[in-house]
Amino acid sequence: MNQSVFRLTLPILFGYLPLGMAFGVLFSTQLEYAWWAAPLMGIVIYAGAGQILAVSLLAVNAGLLEVFIAMFVLNARHLFYGLSLLGQFKGAGWRKLYLIFGLTDETYSLLTSRPRGSDRAHEQEVDFRITGFNQCYWVAGCAIGALLGDNVAFDSTGIEFALVALFIVLTLEQFKALGEGFPIWLGAAAAGVAMLVLPPAHQLIGAIALVTAVLLFEYRKHRGQAPGEESSHG
Amino acid sequence: MGESGYLAAFIAVAAVATFATRVIPFLFFERHTEHPLVRHLGRYLPAAVMALLATVFLQRSADWSGSWMGFDALLPGVLVVIIHLWRRNALLSIAAGTISYMAIQQAGL
Repeated sequence: MNQSVFRLTLPILFGYLPLGMAFGVLFSTQLEYAWWAAPLMGIVIYAGAGQILAVSLLAVNAGLLEVFIAMFVLNARHLFYGLSLLGQFKGAGWRKLYLIFGLTDETYSLLTSRPRGSDRAHEQEVDFRITGFNQCYWVAGCAIGALLGDNVAFDSTGIEFALVALFIVLTLEQFKALGEGFPIWLGAAAAGVAMLVLPPAHQLIGAIALVTAVLLFEYRKHRGQAPGEESSHG
Repeated sequence: MGESGYLAAFIAVAAVATFATRVIPFLFFERHTEHPLVRHLGRYLPAAVMALLATVFLQRSADWSGSWMGFDALLPGVLVVIIHLWRRNALLSIAAGTISYMAIQQAGL
């Protein structure tokens, strides 16, 4: 099982190692704290953009309330991820807490896109290992980056595009699995609107809120027309 | 509060805030798993979010002001789509896109 999980998470390895290293380098060059605090943050916080924001907050000795609000707002998009995984995580027992803790953008993408069998306990075990593998890559990146600091020899410029490519591939897979293009166009259009009217820090949450609002509206419309029936899109 | 005391408190607060965003749906909507609205969102939200993440991060990977006018990321992005529609091998598509993006960025044109 570990071999197939490794194959599945390989794109995340290529994305998380360089991004984790970028965080680690930033952490050790901008701050005076011990290097091991960087991987520690990868273990207990585990949020890409959140940790990079944390470096700038640490640099100015931000107040703890400010830290809480900034981190909550930056990660608020995760509020919507859980909504679509309520059923999938049901009955996962002690693993569930970790599955929820490790719900990053990339892990969410893999867990909602991969094909699933009928053996629920087995699929949850696979979900659990995917989450664990991904966090290992991230923590390793944080540690390597913090240890190396500025002395990174290999020119890995651009390797983080692996995550963009992963999102593109998963979008195509979602399209094939659903058989309808409506949510894809909705997501792309919402992203376009958010990028036009919002500053970069609020684009993701803005676009996800917009998508959710349209899906809610659409649900109400279809419910009104055909009560009790599963709604469908054209 | 000393330096390391502040760092420990900082990490704890950041961890709690991040975990809160992930756990809140499970705390408040767990009993409504079978509700048609939750099923509706569960069916369509992942596809929409994936398209949204792809769009936003593709835009951020591109250099819109230089001579490439965004094509430094758009070309590798299109390459990913073509290769994936052709072979449907996720690793191959991702590798092709990433390598071509790295080549373009490092060539510094």
